[in-house]
Amino acid sequence: MWTWFYKLASPPYVYGVAAALIPWLLGGAALAMVYGLIAGLAIAPPDYQQGEAYRMIYVHVPSAVLSLTIYTVMAAASAVALIWRIKVGHAVSAAAAPIGASFTLLALVTGSLWGRPMWGTYWAWDPRLTSELILLFLYVGVMSLRSAFEDPSRGDRAAALLATVGVVNVPIVHFSVVWWNSLHQGATIVRLGAPKMPGSMLWPLLSMWLGFMLFFAAVLCIRLQGEVLNRERQSTWVREAVKS
Amino acid sequence: MISSSFWAMGGYARYVWPCFAFACLVLAWNLWAARRFRVAAQLRARRAMEMAAVEET
Repeated sequence: MWTWFYKLASPPYVYGVAAALIPWLLGGAALAMVYGLIAGLAIAPPDYQQGEAYRMIYVHVPSAVLSLTIYTVMAAASAVALIWRIKVGHAVSAAAAPIGASFTLLALVTGSLWGRPMWGTYWAWDPRLTSELILLFLYVGVMSLRSAFEDPSRGDRAAALLATVGVVNVPIVHFSVVWWNSLHQGATIVRLGAPKMPGSMLWPLLSMWLGFMLFFAAVLCIRLQGEVLNRERQSTWVREAVKS
Repeated sequence: MISSSFWAMGGYARYVWPCFAFACLVLAWNLWAARRFRVAAQLRARRAMEMAAVEET
């Protein structure tokens, strides 16, 4: 276990593993998304209350879940980098931030498109929506802070600190619908007891969820390769890798 | 042939389709930007390698 952990701290090992994983992750993501889209848009029945409008969940829910997952990954990588001084942790954090910001924006835009026909408004200062907006600001803050210093290692440390502290917002986003009165509906899938959705609607959603997760992992690997190359430019192994 | 009722989405087409279109845009941007970032890093590394070779000679 520890040997594997130490291997992950090695930039050439991480670069090689990422290169090997990318085609599999992209292939898996494409398969899961194609099934999810066909089943979600054409096969699943309409909702008895929301009609066809509910089909927006097939992109809204995976993107919202991903926005929280990516922040958790970023914060964990930052904490590892701060505590054990593992440079790859900073690279993972830097690679994850723009992906997380884009999926948070997607969750906000698709949520707002869903909100208009269901709530009668594109935006409300609701606890879930507001905490998700704060999450977007945190992503932007982490990215800005990293590039605000002339010394990249100081930028990395400052961004890692903000990412680690900002993780407190993740449970706030998730439990906001439980802790406060919210327009947003409560948990449908991740809850104690069975999911509230029938299988015909649930399976396409789980497939899209898996597809988005695999897609994130693939894009993270591509960006991570770039980050590692930028940080290890002067190393002998990078020269060998670039030559080939 | 896909029926027109499918595209109409029960009257919610102007919300449902932009939602999926924006999702496609975000996925495509992520892939494009990540690949561009990696290519730029590879070019920078190659340039650094060439500079080092010039300095050695």
